[in-house]
Amino acid sequence: MKHKTALSTTTIVVLLLLLLAGAGNVLVSNQALLVDILMFAALTQGVNMLYGYTGYMPFGYVAFFGVGAYGFAISVKSLGLDPWLALLCGGVCGMILCILIAPLLRLKGAYFAIATLAAAMAVKELIANPALTPITQGPYGMDVSDVLAASKSYWSLTVILVLSTVAAAYLKFSRFGLSLRAGRDNERSAATAGIDVVRGRVVTLCGSGLIGGLTGAAYAWNIAFFYPDAVFGVNLSLFPVIFVIFGGAGTVLGPLVGAAILYSLYVFVGVSNPQYFQLLYGILIVFLLLFAPGGIAAILRRIGIRVF
Amino acid sequence: MNLLLYALIAGLMFGVFFAAVSIGLNLLFGVMRIVNVAQGDMMVWGGYLALTLYEVFHIGPLFAIPLVFVVAVLCGGIAYYGLMPRVLRAPDPSLVSLIVFFGISEILQAVAMIVFGADQRFLPRELLGGDRTVYMFDHAYPVAWFIVGSVSAVIVVLVFAYLYKTRLGYATRAIMSNRGEAASVGINVSRISAINFAIGIGLAAIPGCLVTFIYGNLSPSSGLELTIIAFAVVIIGSMGKPMGALLGGIIYGIATALMQVYLSSWSTFFPNALLLVIMLIRPSGLLGSRAREA
Repeated sequence: MKHKTALSTTTIVVLLLLLLAGAGNVLVSNQALLVDILMFAALTQGVNMLYGYTGYMPFGYVAFFGVGAYGFAISVKSLGLDPWLALLCGGVCGMILCILIAPLLRLKGAYFAIATLAAAMAVKELIANPALTPITQGPYGMDVSDVLAASKSYWSLTVILVLSTVAAAYLKFSRFGLSLRAGRDNERSAATAGIDVVRGRVVTLCGSGLIGGLTGAAYAWNIAFFYPDAVFGVNLSLFPVIFVIFGGAGTVLGPLVGAAILYSLYVFVGVSNPQYFQLLYGILIVFLLLFAPGGIAAILRRIGIRVF
Repeated sequence: MNLLLYALIAGLMFGVFFAAVSIGLNLLFGVMRIVNVAQGDMMVWGGYLALTLYEVFHIGPLFAIPLVFVVAVLCGGIAYYGLMPRVLRAPDPSLVSLIVFFGISEILQAVAMIVFGADQRFLPRELLGGDRTVYMFDHAYPVAWFIVGSVSAVIVVLVFAYLYKTRLGYATRAIMSNRGEAASVGINVSRISAINFAIGIGLAAIPGCLVTFIYGNLSPSSGLELTIIAFAVVIIGSMGKPMGALLGGIIYGIATALMQVYLSSWSTFFPNALLLVIMLIRPSGLLGSRAREA
């Protein structure tokens, strides 16, 4: 019974997302804004997959995004691949990075967060290094305008968002997700009960990195030209982290709602007055963590509404 | 050979400075198990405060240090009672404190941007020796480096004197090694934590008075880079051990200087990579015990 409800609710959410993406594509003239919204929503779901179900906070999530963008651009430019294949390459690059940094899962809590941030900065400095100009163009930026296809990349971003939402729903309702949460809440008890805690975490990390990499690749396809600073900007991982906490980690809809509310706030205040938005953002983070650590989802749950 | 000596001497001076930069972070982590990711921004604020003191009252950076320390300690005391009771009640205080301090870092950056503007600023070089240099082993070193290095050494020595020679320091070290046992022998853990929190914030701010003479200019956004350096230093040494800050600082300083002399295009890649490698092969740092506590 529970699984049937979960399945039908997931279907409704997916249809709703597709409908919104379609309506946005027709009704909103500012395509760049829509692409940003889709991108942030997908990244938020990616962070949610890892933080919401395993408790590991990826402060350097942007690393997967940036690697995906560069994976896409290099596959198109140097290998001459078809953009669709290059998109997959971007996702695979994200996964490869996950396998490389998987040993960091041995670190706990704040250590993991700092280590992933350092990893993201190390990857950026590596890619932006002038010594690698023949491959990555170093600090001079990547140009993939030859394969620019605004509509295809828009819909691939939508599909990635749907994919990540389905993945979050899977983690919330499946046996696998339950075992992950058991490992998060008490590693030893979970292991005693026969759960392979480490395997579950590595798989989830790879899934999360795949989403990050795909999102980066689709984003690169859409904007056609980018600098290392643009695809490795710290905000690209910090915004999703806050969206997840604001909406409620470990729920399917919470992060999406969090992203929608906070990102609109950013568009209305942040673009014209970035420093005032930053101030507001900082105050919001402090107050959220102190007074409502479970985000909107926890507040709703307190008054009796269960968030999907 | 002389180039190697140059790197070693410059690295040592930078290293002592980095030790002073990170000792506050280490104290906070050791006593409270909390992670201050706003360390760099607090330092930037210390720098802006020193700049303002100079421009308005003509107080030089060395005399600004005690003033900045007092102001930062007061702010730290207020912040402790506003934030910490709730943070410490959370299920995972170290991760919650990390995110809360990240929020504080955003607030400090935004206010610095609103108050001081986005321009890069620095204290006039003449205040610490100007263009004068010291000539050693065929290389010239700015006098300012020696002054900053010695002042930093004094700061580090004072922190050690506080920890090892005062009653409060004894109690602090007792809390660092075991909170529960410290409480059971009658140490007022919450009051001493509050004092050390305030001192930790004070220590975070004072290297800001010196930073423009040795490392780089001040701008509201330079905090993150400084935070990463402080983290690298503390993690190399090992978190929560004051001696680790000194060891980590010197290793980091000399390693960075060697990178700049021999492989300068990789010198920005290096601190992050070093941090990662140390976390992977020896997560508790060079002086750390085998058990992880956070």
